[in-house]
Amino acid sequence: MNILVILVPSSLILGLGALIAFVWTLRNDQYDDLEGDAARILLDDDETPDPPD
Amino acid sequence: MTGAGCSGCAAAGPVTGAAAERPGLPTHELILPTIHCSGCIRSVETLLNARPDIASARVNLSRKRVVISAAPDADPAPWVSALAGIGFEAHEARGVTSEKKDDGLVLRLGIAGFAMMNVMLLSVAVWSGATDSTRDFLHWIAAAIALPAALYCAQPFFVSAWSALRVRRLNMDVPISLAILLASGLSLYETMVGGEYAYFDAALALTFFLLGGRVLETRMRRAARSAAADLAALEPNRVTRVDGETRANCPVDEVRAGDTLWLAAGSRVPVDGLLLGQAAQVDRSALTGESDAIEVAEGDVLTAGDVMLSGPVTLRTTVDASGSTLRRLIQLASVAEGARSRYTSLASRAAGVYAPLVHGLSFAAFLGWAYATGDIYYALTIAIATLIITCPCALGLAVPAVSTVATGRLFRAGVLVKSETALERLAEVDTVVFDKTGTLSDSALVSGTDMPDDALAVLKALARASNHPLSRSVLPALAGITAADVTGISEHRGAGIKGAYNGVDVALGDAGWIGQGRGTVLQIGTQTYPLARRERALPEAAETIRNLRAMGLGVHMLTGDSLANADRMAAQLDVDNVHAAVSPEMKQTLIHDLQAEGRKVLMVGDGLNDTLALTQAWASIAPGTALEASQNAADVVLLGQRLSGIGTVLYIARSARRRILENFALAALYNMIAIPLALAGFATPLMAALAMSTSSLTVTLNALRTRAAP
Repeated sequence: MNILVILVPSSLILGLGALIAFVWTLRNDQYDDLEGDAARILLDDDETPDPPD
Repeated sequence: MTGAGCSGCAAAGPVTGAAAERPGLPTHELILPTIHCSGCIRSVETLLNARPDIASARVNLSRKRVVISAAPDADPAPWVSALAGIGFEAHEARGVTSEKKDDGLVLRLGIAGFAMMNVMLLSVAVWSGATDSTRDFLHWIAAAIALPAALYCAQPFFVSAWSALRVRRLNMDVPISLAILLASGLSLYETMVGGEYAYFDAALALTFFLLGGRVLETRMRRAARSAAADLAALEPNRVTRVDGETRANCPVDEVRAGDTLWLAAGSRVPVDGLLLGQAAQVDRSALTGESDAIEVAEGDVLTAGDVMLSGPVTLRTTVDASGSTLRRLIQLASVAEGARSRYTSLASRAAGVYAPLVHGLSFAAFLGWAYATGDIYYALTIAIATLIITCPCALGLAVPAVSTVATGRLFRAGVLVKSETALERLAEVDTVVFDKTGTLSDSALVSGTDMPDDALAVLKALARASNHPLSRSVLPALAGITAADVTGISEHRGAGIKGAYNGVDVALGDAGWIGQGRGTVLQIGTQTYPLARRERALPEAAETIRNLRAMGLGVHMLTGDSLANADRMAAQLDVDNVHAAVSPEMKQTLIHDLQAEGRKVLMVGDGLNDTLALTQAWASIAPGTALEASQNAADVVLLGQRLSGIGTVLYIARSARRRILENFALAALYNMIAIPLALAGFATPLMAALAMSTSSLTVTLNALRTRAAP
């Protein structure tokens, strides 16, 4: 049962990591516009040159 | 959306750094009811971010808004017209919504979820056979996670339960709080004495699922509030004030008695006043239901809510903005005791039965076992296990999950649900009463029969050039005509459109501006053709009424208009029950009488004369073209004049009600299995976890079956 000494803390640390990540997404307003974010991945607005008109 | 193409997407230009970071605080918000795809986002953001007077603009597609940061006193009118130019309807939102975020609840939900998963992991080890010191060790770790998490996350329930208890009442949060506290307390005690059963995971699962329901509920309430704000924004909130020689845009609220206001043809009178200058025609249907235009002369009274059919005109206000007829009616409607305040929602009715039942059962279990065994501690464990296992996890999710799915579907269909119990009431409706003018019909300008074909062609070319509602209304009748080649078209704001055709000056607009005739005229050279106003049924009206009848609903029509006009429209739309020339009070009485016969009436109306009827009815719907007062009084507002939305609303409402009742039945079924086991003393933490999770998942999945179409 000594393995528990390693397994329990590691599962707790992983869980805490996920919780911290969740709090971070929350602080960054990432749940404000779920529909919009889904639509925005279709926009190629990163560093591409402007297409000719 | 009925296959409405995205007119703006085609016009999407190249992207010039549209990805707005977030410099500065948002100062303005525009509502964009028609945006729906990534192309729309790009068009809107590209256009707005390219403007020098806008620091940044970012679209929020879920809320159908664009948040803009610019100078705080910037006038959004040019942005709105620029957006209209690329095909997006836009309205200024009144003030930037300083929304209180529900982040607190979401954070609690996240923590409860994290704690629940970890404690579950530890519990699985216990359930699969850990004994003695290993079990105690795992229980202690679980306690270290669960106790602070449960105490923090369940605070909203504790607060609400305490405020109910303080006034000696029971609400749903009382059994919830009791179950969470007792489960944690009992488990802690069991852990300390090295007992077999700890319910830490049950306490957390309970908190997690119920918080989920609470988050959905808050979102819904916020959506309803923002729907109400959206509607307020559709009302014009800026007027043109004439100050000597200068004209300035100012908010309606700043208008004082004695101001002079300039009104374009087609605009609504914002504040009561007297007409200055020339005679004009007004449409008073919002107040009286009459569809015919009314002639007013200089010095006549214009009431807030009238629509100017000719113009531009000036008027001298007789009251402050806060004292106008419109405002008074809005206030009247908001204080009226409507059906909605008397209605108890299904959820609270269920809670009313549920809370005493659960408490009674647990108490009976305690007394029974204490009497039978004489072992107070054992009896207490069973009572607590009963309380935990019967706790209304599924019940807390059953209603919010369904309502969220239903209102989301409706929002996408262009229907705003303003009242929280609206869907439940709409599902019970068996009679629909329509107002005629403005709801089933509108007025259009029609060309006279004596007009030659080339005049019709010129008319089409001129009317097409303007977005003005009056010129838009000419177009449907000219569908078969090819527009003439009119050059040099210019629009004179609020007055008309000018151009040249074959070297002759042509114009369409107000007779006073053109200089000949009456009302709205078309001028070609020296020849003028008057355009008559005629009432016509809205395109979807007949079909909507047929559909409603097919759904088994009785259809009535009420109107303040004359019997002749009402009969003509009733014949067109095939309505049998017509009541014409009724006053607002009579409308209310008619609805009251129908309800006294035991009918549940849905009132659909748009005018100020309908507000009393809207509040009296069991449920109410207003079209998006309705005045603020009517929209305030209504439970549900259709965006635009899409009447087919009424069928959709009723269908979804009925579907949602069925789902809610099914969910209650499912929850009851789980309890019928779990309660006897708990009472008999066979309940284990594993059983509690299974019952809670399965029932919560089933009701959530069942909620997704709420459908929009047959």
